[in-house]
Amino acid sequence: MSAEAIPVERAEARRLRAGRPGVRAVYQWELRKLVAQKRTFIGVGAAVLVPLIFIVALLANSGSGPEDVPFGAYVRQSGLAIPLVCLFFGAIWLLPLITALVAGDIFAAEDHNGTLKTILTRSVERWHVFAGKVLATLTYTLLALALYVGIGSVVGGLVYGFDPLTTLSGTTVAPGRALFLTAAGTVSYAMPLAAMASVALLLSVITRNSAAAVVGTLMFSIALQILGSISALNFLDPYLLSEQFNGWQGFLREPIDWAPVVRAAWVSALYAVPAAAWGLTIFLRRDVTGG
Amino acid sequence: MTAAPPIEARGLVKRYGHITAVDDVDLTVSAGDVYGYLGPNGAGKTTSLRMLLGLIRPDAGSARLFGRDPLEEGARALDGVAGFVEAPRFYPYMSGRRNLEMVAALDGDGAAGRIDEALETVDLTDRASDKVGGYSHGMKQRLGIAGALLRDPRLLLLDEPTTGLDPGGMRDMRVLIKRLAGQGITVLLSSHLMGEVEELCDRVAIVGNGRVLYEGSLPDLIATTAGRYEMRTTDDVYAAELAGRHVDVSDVARGDGALTFSADEATVAKLTIALGMAGVGIHSLVARTATLEELFFRMTES
Repeated sequence: MSAEAIPVERAEARRLRAGRPGVRAVYQWELRKLVAQKRTFIGVGAAVLVPLIFIVALLANSGSGPEDVPFGAYVRQSGLAIPLVCLFFGAIWLLPLITALVAGDIFAAEDHNGTLKTILTRSVERWHVFAGKVLATLTYTLLALALYVGIGSVVGGLVYGFDPLTTLSGTTVAPGRALFLTAAGTVSYAMPLAAMASVALLLSVITRNSAAAVVGTLMFSIALQILGSISALNFLDPYLLSEQFNGWQGFLREPIDWAPVVRAAWVSALYAVPAAAWGLTIFLRRDVTGG
Repeated sequence: MTAAPPIEARGLVKRYGHITAVDDVDLTVSAGDVYGYLGPNGAGKTTSLRMLLGLIRPDAGSARLFGRDPLEEGARALDGVAGFVEAPRFYPYMSGRRNLEMVAALDGDGAAGRIDEALETVDLTDRASDKVGGYSHGMKQRLGIAGALLRDPRLLLLDEPTTGLDPGGMRDMRVLIKRLAGQGITVLLSSHLMGEVEELCDRVAIVGNGRVLYEGSLPDLIATTAGRYEMRTTDDVYAAELAGRHVDVSDVARGDGALTFSADEATVAKLTIALGMAGVGIHSLVARTATLEELFFRMTES
């Protein structure tokens, strides 16, 4: 069998020596694919523009700032209140939408382009593809959130001053401490946002249709908020994902109230983990018939 | 030790609802074969190829590539295997080269180092930096071959690779497939084009309605129809009568200004002498082996 043995030696043997491609290769190329697509920039652009628009609107309006909103009354006292107001408003639909824009598309786009067969007939396993896409989605989501808060903090501070911030307990913290607490709050905020991404990924896998997954995620987010607003269903509130977008406020109390932060973490996981597991199961078993 | 064959499928079944797209299909492709997988559209060729590549799960049966089942071993079963089902698809918003860089990254194993050579082979070097969204069908088809070559394959699965190409493109694609086969790559070529299969393949499976109707060597298949002759004479009526009287001549039929019959060569020689002695002149006598096309229609439409 010497005629056979020589070609057998070729590609496989080298592949074994070089180590097989895996999640890292998929992740790197998923990021490059995101960078090559307009919707990524629409999402990131919205995350940058909305805080700027909010600041411009404040400048154009001489009133007291948004009322009945955490930190709404302090926006002219300290620019550092601005990212916090933005976080509050962003939870209603903006950040879920920015997240869903990519998370809802990342699997469905492969169906749309017929490219699943292209990437699933190479040397990576299906779970590598799934994990790489999840990581790329989270990278985008966290980048958008970081820009959203970062732009609000920096531009808000430049316009209204990096002044001491009045916390939700009525105490005042120094600007450095305020920035640190904002960063911690952003990490807490990232948890329900990641859960939202997980739901969008699941819908992207199930519907195989980008628009359906993006709209479906928004509907899911809004439906939870409606449930949260029905007073007869108040007992549900602690378990609603939409409510966890307020968990960050625990950091803006003195002393720090960890209860909502911890709850945001585990309730978010309660949504994110089953959605991701379900999406993975479908993705591993599905027949790739399109394209 | 005998190496496992490049393709060994046993009892593959795939049902969609109450339609059985692939019905108990067995395929064996040996190393070095250029194997034609021939059937009309909707015969289940693409579905079979998808099962071979692990893209869809068979409802029954198994597929092994070099002895490895993609359902059991995942991407490892595709080591040394490349190809595409239906038209190759790429990301329209990236350039041809960028697309190849991506699939090469998912191949590992120095695939990236073969990009220039692969682009050269399919004659796409000049357009490599253009976005795939602007490629013609034929260019995408060629990019698909380039993508397959990055894997340095020992087995190439090609699903109707010339479909939608213009005559020049078809000729170039066939030349390329011949060249790759000449380099020792085993090729499974799915097609509904008889001429293509006759030109390129040495073994065939003919499928219809999800079932394999014939599997074996192409020359053997053609030879099964040998022994049929067509003759035109000065007096077909009398010639038919003479031929009919000959014990070794069978299936005599008259029509279209010619006479057809079945006989072996020695009998044909005797018959021509008998006709000459009887005063019947022979205008033409032609051995009529069936073309693959006739066989194909006979099998798939019966």
